[in-house]
Amino acid sequence: MQRHPAAFNANAAEALLDADLQAALGAAEAGFGVKRRKAIQGLPEFEALCDQAAAIKDHVLDHLDVYLQRFEAQVFAAGGMVHWCEDAQQAREVILKICRSVNAKTVTKGKSMVAEEVGLNPFLEAHNIRPIETDLGEYIIQLAEEPPSHIIGPALHKTKDQVSDLFHAHHAPLGFTERQSSGEALVGEARAILRQKYLVADVGVTGANFLIAETGSTVIVTNEGNGDMTQIFPRVHIVIASIEKIVPTLEDAATLLRVLARSATGQEMSVYTTFSTGPKRRGDADGPEQFHVVLLDNGRSAMLGGAQRDMLRCIRCGACMNNCPVYMAAGGHAYGATYMGPMGAVLTPNLEGVKRAQALPFASTFCGKCETVCPVRIPLPKLMRELRSAAHMARLTPARERLWLALWSWVAQRPELYHRLGGAGMRILAMLARGKGRFGWLPLAGGWTGTRDFPAPQGENFMAQWARGEKDTP
Amino acid sequence: MTTSHTVALFVTCLVDLFRPSAAFAAVKLLQDAGCTVSVPQAQTCCGQPAYNSGDKKNASALAAQTIRSLMDYDYVVVPGGSCAAMIKHHYPELLAGDAALAGAARALAGKTHELTQFLHEVMHYKPAVSGGEKITYLDSCSGLRELTIKDQPRAMLGSRIVENQDSETCCGFGGTFCVKYTSVSTAMADKKLDRLAATGAVLVAGGDLGCLMHLAGRAARRDMKLQFRHVAEILAGDDQTPAIAAEEK
Repeated sequence: MQRHPAAFNANAAEALLDADLQAALGAAEAGFGVKRRKAIQGLPEFEALCDQAAAIKDHVLDHLDVYLQRFEAQVFAAGGMVHWCEDAQQAREVILKICRSVNAKTVTKGKSMVAEEVGLNPFLEAHNIRPIETDLGEYIIQLAEEPPSHIIGPALHKTKDQVSDLFHAHHAPLGFTERQSSGEALVGEARAILRQKYLVADVGVTGANFLIAETGSTVIVTNEGNGDMTQIFPRVHIVIASIEKIVPTLEDAATLLRVLARSATGQEMSVYTTFSTGPKRRGDADGPEQFHVVLLDNGRSAMLGGAQRDMLRCIRCGACMNNCPVYMAAGGHAYGATYMGPMGAVLTPNLEGVKRAQALPFASTFCGKCETVCPVRIPLPKLMRELRSAAHMARLTPARERLWLALWSWVAQRPELYHRLGGAGMRILAMLARGKGRFGWLPLAGGWTGTRDFPAPQGENFMAQWARGEKDTP
Repeated sequence: MTTSHTVALFVTCLVDLFRPSAAFAAVKLLQDAGCTVSVPQAQTCCGQPAYNSGDKKNASALAAQTIRSLMDYDYVVVPGGSCAAMIKHHYPELLAGDAALAGAARALAGKTHELTQFLHEVMHYKPAVSGGEKITYLDSCSGLRELTIKDQPRAMLGSRIVENQDSETCCGFGGTFCVKYTSVSTAMADKKLDRLAATGAVLVAGGDLGCLMHLAGRAARRDMKLQFRHVAEILAGDDQTPAIAAEEK
């Protein structure tokens, strides 16, 4: 797998031959689908809540400056700090600086896609600070030295047997010599190892599902409780979040939480929903001494005024990829980017540039399933089509494709010529098929006939037959 | 229906070129339902390939041509869900900024229907589908999600229908997607074909020729015995024309 969006096709072909990956994807597809449907059936007002959720996010995007400043003021009032970062590099450096200020040797981390986006782990490692992922999925892929393949299930591409092998290889030297194979035992082993890490970490880094303007709180949802230990035990808690995560009030966060877990894992609520507001106050039993929020733009404010703005409503539930047949065939690594599936096919060209990522918005059949399951009503196919248009206008699409398209469009705008050519072409093809009904191979049609026979036309085209008045011969 | 409606058939490029029998079947069904059918000669392609490839300029030019060729009829009927959705949903969007054509695009959208939807919902027509072998229906995504075509063809095909699992999952055609991303497209086709075959039905009916050709071609390559036909042919009682990609008898 190459970590570049342009390699999507080659990556996907490789992924389709990987039996373990296909087994993992098959299990995920079946599980997510059923769980989401059940969760929604149990909440008759789900669709109305989705409309509300989308409206909340739209309102925020209309007044993003106001809410961000209010959030900053409230964080400050609670004793915390906000760091505005225009790009990934600034975010990495701010975090490094905070870590160095407390002589941090190890950093525990809750799951954060924004931390992935800025490449935090390799950066900290390069500066002799050891990041330790505490989310089970993230922990697995950190051992495997792989990026997440799914925004809420980072190790979704791994089978249990693969995890068993991985744990055995890494944990045996730590004294866990017995190879575990049951899910429960594997989780137990990871938990035993991670428990020690929480206590020695100097800094805890988490992401945020929401930032609440009225209180200056950050919100994370987890199913493992790892996020809580990551942010409570170390002396310093750093939250890294992108600017569009802001919501006006606690009430709004509650509305979004109601659609988030149902859309993501099919739960009514995630097991832990944790609100953090500032550092430990006098009299608090626990909590960090310092509370920092690293606010990342990294291309998002540029999306605000344009055709891609709707993408900023995304609450990272993953429903679009869970319901995407392309994602479920190719897996998340095929996209060669931090974000994958339909939301990644839209977000990546916006964050990394259409030039680098133009293959991704084309990697969709436009089946539209993603749009129907999106809890904040993002018109994903429409946004992908806009990005295709941007790629076409900038002449970034393959020259051969543009040539075929131009030729087809030119002929199709000349109906008489079109029908004459179509009629003659189909007659010739039908003759060449000699009654067999299909071709196993055709020149210039390798993209089709590599894996499929090409159905032969029946003979003369319909328009020519109709024009001659052969209306009655079926 | 007491008054005769003048219906323009928008044939669609794939049906015109590859499957005239589906167009003739559509004409027969519309006439049996009491419509007067015209086939405007200035029609070619709806522009969907250009539109979905990001070429709005050519898509708009083809949309304009199609609008002009179809605007003077009571109804426009299309034997293909994705082309019908292109006219109904995407023309008004594509031409929203075109002062000369925006109104015409909206008007055309209002009177354009996919074939089974038109027969069932507008004409309340029930063809006499004779009993016979089981049929499973291939839903196509644009028709299903943009036009809510699902019950109409099933209602008309009646008791011969057997349902396939995951019927709302895409078959992997996706227009140019099927040649650009061949491996993923083929994997999706294989999943779909296995679901279709698992019904025990041999005959697969569908409303979109692109999806049907893609699956028929893959099924032929895999030596599966599934047979694919446009739903119009089955509703019109045409079982003589060889199925898609099938040998002549």
